[in-house]
Amino acid sequence: MVEYRLKTPLKEDEVRKLNVGDILYITGTIFSARDQAHRRILEYAEKGLELPFNLDGAVIFHVGPIMQRKDDRWVVVSAGPTTSTRMNSTTPKLLERFRVRVIIGKGGMSFEVAEALKRFGAVYCHFTGGAGVLAAKNIKEVEGVEWIDLGMPEAVWKLKVEDFGPVTVTIDSKGRSLYETVKKSVEENLKKIYQQI
Amino acid sequence: MRINPKTLEEVAFKLLEKAATSLPDDVKKALKSAYEREDSPTAKTELKNILDNIESAEKLKKPLCQDTGMISFYVRSREIENFVEVRKALIDATVKATETIPLRPNAVHPITRKNTGNNVGEHIPHIEWIYTDQDHVELIASIKGGGSENMSALAMITPGLGVKGVKKFIVDTVVKAGAQPCPPTIVGVGLGGTVEISFKLAKLALLRPLGSRNKDKDISRLEDELFNLINQTGVGPMGLGGKTTCLDVKIEYAHCHTATLPVAVYFQCWADRRASAKISLDGSFEFIV
Ligand code: SF4
Repeated sequence: MVEYRLKTPLKEDEVRKLNVGDILYITGTIFSARDQAHRRILEYAEKGLELPFNLDGAVIFHVGPIMQRKDDRWVVVSAGPTTSTRMNSTTPKLLERFRVRVIIGKGGMSFEVAEALKRFGAVYCHFTGGAGVLAAKNIKEVEGVEWIDLGMPEAVWKLKVEDFGPVTVTIDSKGRSLYETVKKSVEENLKKIYQQI
Repeated sequence: MRINPKTLEEVAFKLLEKAATSLPDDVKKALKSAYEREDSPTAKTELKNILDNIESAEKLKKPLCQDTGMISFYVRSREIENFVEVRKALIDATVKATETIPLRPNAVHPITRKNTGNNVGEHIPHIEWIYTDQDHVELIASIKGGGSENMSALAMITPGLGVKGVKKFIVDTVVKAGAQPCPPTIVGVGLGGTVEISFKLAKLALLRPLGSRNKDKDISRLEDELFNLINQTGVGPMGLGGKTTCLDVKIEYAHCHTATLPVAVYFQCWADRRASAKISLDGSFEFIV
């Protein structure tokens, strides 16, 4: 387990060296995106439209934050990760079209996503589910918001972060997944549990 | 009895604020001892993040999880004369809490997915009256997020499979849920009754404090046994492996039809946001949890 402090935009080789279990703290800009934002990003890509934000070397955070308007700016109230599996179907395409390097969420992602991470050089990281205030503390500023018509949780928030973490690499770009390791040991444990039932 | 709607609205608002921005002591204690017990660095990191997050949320008075869930109120009292006023007071408190705490607006139409913007909608917030014969009113506010909700499950066990079938279904449901309901979870179980009753009982079980045990000896033994079995699965905090998959298992039961055996498994994530207060007839009130 190694700890890394990384700055956005991220380069492919920086991300390819990361291993499952490593802990990251990220400084720079991260983008919030969940179900509907993913769908719209792909729609834009299909139609050849330019996105209102740059995903080159980007970090995407699966989150539907609580934001509050104070005077003329937005502040983050609470912003923990949302369940990533809902983005399983859209993520491989997203990784193919854009050079997204880090995805942060909770609960893990599918085998197809793991394959795409390997192919395009990106990692999936876990941030503690429900730790909304901890995440908000590391967000220094809301740089902007796009697609607010999708609603507060679904809009794309451009967030300026400092040492955002600790996030744990749970699927790396070498095809390894902590979820698979845990799944195998749980299957073993279940055999013993059934005997006690 | 007549409940003063002004007092009720004020208490309901305070309970929502308390529930959203802090956790009951029993939950914090269970999370702390889980942190001590774990030895893998990943599991420890997760529990440390959870504990740090609770501490910050309580200090800053901010919602500890951004998913401020669906809201339910439980009113324990004698017959209520002015239920219409009571209902309005609880709805008004929900609107105010959404705006000022603030809570995330989560209530959407099931087909159009249009968000009402204030956590109020058809049958939402959920308001339930529980009859008691005490001379005061007890109001419980519960905030429950979508992640744990999505993994809940019901089985109609063949009665012939007996308690073995019940145990297997509950353990399998926890394993299948994996990381999704933000473990360590609290597993609420409604055993018996009808399909309708089983989920109500599972929710009532979740409202009980952690560590409390059912009065029925057979049921309390099952609570202990399931607690141990679930924590042997190794799912661990956030599904990343470890010794703590659940903080407790709580079961409520009802007699059921001789041909049926319903089992409802209702997950509560670690963010077990509930708060309650006792309101006396003179309008004074005090927090219970
Ligand atoms: S499951 Fe609970 S802790 Fe996790 S994100 Fe949802 S409400 Fe928050």
